[in-house]
Amino acid sequence: MIFSQVLAWFGDPQNWSGPGGVPVRVAEHLYYVLVTVLIAAAIAIPLGLVVGHTGRGGLVLVGLANSMRALPTLGLLTFLFLVVRSQGVSTVVALVVLAVPPVLAGSYAGVHSVERDIVDAADGMGMTSLQRLWQVELPGALPLLFGGLRSAVLQVVATTTVAAYVGLGGLGRLLLDGLRSGPGGYPQMVAGALLTAGLAIVLDLLLAGTGRLVVPSGVRLALAGTGGKSRRPGPSPPSGE
Amino acid sequence: MLADVPMFADIGGYLSSPSNRDKVVGLLGEHIVLAVAPLLIGLAVAVPLGCAAQRVRWIRPALLGTSSVLYTVPSLALFVIMPGILGTRILDGVNVVVALALYTTALLVRPVVDALDAVPGHLVAAATAMGYRPVRRFVAVELPIAISVLAAGVRVASASNISLVSVGAFIGIGGLGQLFTEGFQTRYPAPIVIGIVTILALALAMDLLLVGLRWAGTRWERA
Repeated sequence: MIFSQVLAWFGDPQNWSGPGGVPVRVAEHLYYVLVTVLIAAAIAIPLGLVVGHTGRGGLVLVGLANSMRALPTLGLLTFLFLVVRSQGVSTVVALVVLAVPPVLAGSYAGVHSVERDIVDAADGMGMTSLQRLWQVELPGALPLLFGGLRSAVLQVVATTTVAAYVGLGGLGRLLLDGLRSGPGGYPQMVAGALLTAGLAIVLDLLLAGTGRLVVPSGVRLALAGTGGKSRRPGPSPPSGE
Repeated sequence: MLADVPMFADIGGYLSSPSNRDKVVGLLGEHIVLAVAPLLIGLAVAVPLGCAAQRVRWIRPALLGTSSVLYTVPSLALFVIMPGILGTRILDGVNVVVALALYTTALLVRPVVDALDAVPGHLVAAATAMGYRPVRRFVAVELPIAISVLAAGVRVASASNISLVSVGAFIGIGGLGQLFTEGFQTRYPAPIVIGIVTILALALAMDLLLVGLRWAGTRWERA
């Protein structure tokens, strides 16, 4: 019966219009996700590439990224909000902290996964350090880099729901408002949960498609040759919060 | 010295109240239960599933596919949907345990399969030749050899569970996460900082425990 109530919620045109309607909430949610992931990528990709390229500081980086994973986003968000008093800044910073580790790990592991022989060959051909990074290591790193980006997007989509807690919009509003309006709000909570899950799945499929377009066919062929197995990233935490 | 910094003075003040101390300890206990129970359940489910996937050809893609789809469902969404499926109340810890057990299972299925794949075939053949029946061979030979590969997956699942439990505070059941909502509602950062630090310490302690267990479980590797 709860599912028929949820269906009724989705069927009610009132829930689809106005500033609190589903399209607006989805758009807000996507906006926060986009801003966060772009900032996180701008920080983490260059850092991961450079560390992978020079081979220095890799262990420290991986350890740091792993310990950041245990940091609870809701705690960081509420703390930052009380300190900086800005909904937008505290939300984006808390989500960027969440998104950086997977992207960092993906880009570092990507460069690291390029075979030593290939790197030596690039050096032997007289490539400069920058040429080697740009023309050899970066293309070779793309599959894992993209994997890291996908896992960051998944986690951020899931966790952006906490933005509602400090008073911003997004799909978390449906959960929180539903919770606050008592038992009658449960269908709305479930609707918010289903929309968040749906958004995560759609974005993941889109990114998987983009990944296929972006990864050079040579790299894909090489991966197919090894069964793709040796380069699969290790287990990563679930899409989160 | 530290007490002169306003933030640390606040934390000291918060913890100087016995009722606050009791609350933090109580929430820590709740947090441990909510994080560790799903880890054990998930492991208990993932091992037989992974074992089946390794033996029966069609189960593997079905299982790995399902678990990666399950990954994309946000944990908060799962916490909220659980009462509708289980018939529990919204503020029931069972929702969090079942939801996180599903995640742990999804997370561990691949490491289990990979770990069992990595068991050298000649060892299985030797055990079979020595007269081990399949079940005993699995428990006594394949599983112990798989431990070191499996341990990495269990460590990730443990850290992620400990962090995810606090998300439950959003809907009122989140162990130490409740310190975040309390601090936010009273506009007082001390409980939030205590919550963050305790969660990080708990994650670290669990990780060290798991590393220790792995070390103890793989003595034969160093023999």
